[in-house]
Amino acid sequence: MSQTIEAPVRSREPSFDEDREEDRPWVVVVWNDPVNLMTYVTYVFQKLFGYPKQKAEKLMMQVHTEGKAAVSTGTRERAEYDAARLQAHGLWATLQQD
Amino acid sequence: MRLRTPIAPLPDGRYRLRLDGGERELVRGLCTELEELIRSDDAGVARLFPPGYRDDDEAAEEFSQLVHPGLREQRLASLEVVARSLGEDTLSQAEAEAWCGALNDLRLVLGERLGVTEDLDLGALSLLRHPQARELALYGWLTAVQSAAVEALASRL
Repeated sequence: MSQTIEAPVRSREPSFDEDREEDRPWVVVVWNDPVNLMTYVTYVFQKLFGYPKQKAEKLMMQVHTEGKAAVSTGTRERAEYDAARLQAHGLWATLQQD
Repeated sequence: MRLRTPIAPLPDGRYRLRLDGGERELVRGLCTELEELIRSDDAGVARLFPPGYRDDDEAAEEFSQLVHPGLREQRLASLEVVARSLGEDTLSQAEAEAWCGALNDLRLVLGERLGVTEDLDLGALSLLRHPQARELALYGWLTAVQSAAVEALASRL
């Protein structure tokens, strides 16, 4: 699967009221699903985020046992980019503000 | 004798692809079908393009418009890479990654249709009397091949 995903460009400018909101980090959440292999999910976390195997396995187990895990945080643009890369690998990823 | 591993790393950095002719035709057919489903925006492939936001329909719609066309193109490109390398005995890194992704996409679509749950245990089912025996066997086979692909790719991380 290709690794070249361009970061999405948001057309909507944040309004003045949203300025403070913008400071709160965005979180990428991966949700449990019955199809993705545990070994595959671990591999994807290592490959996309460069996490060591132990950290990737811990996050994978959190998804598996708790139903979801926060796998990365950052700006909204960064979170959308990460969610897109995870979705490209078949993982069920969403983003939300912390 | 060692059990035949369908996809395995080679010392030169490539990957050995060990599938017989029938298995390769099976993969070809499945990839062609998946391509058609993706191109026609069939509801059966919705699992490959999930909403990016859970509680914000407007943001989810915007995410879908921004991100999902690119994911469609990537998936179609991966399927093309798999189709082109179907006759090969070895795969490059990029080809092995495309195989792994396409096999996973096929499992996601088939698994969704079969209503697969985490408790699925093919060994415990009475497959001979199961109405979806063929689909379940196919799912099990795809899982075995993808599992080998993941192991091979993870060994190179």
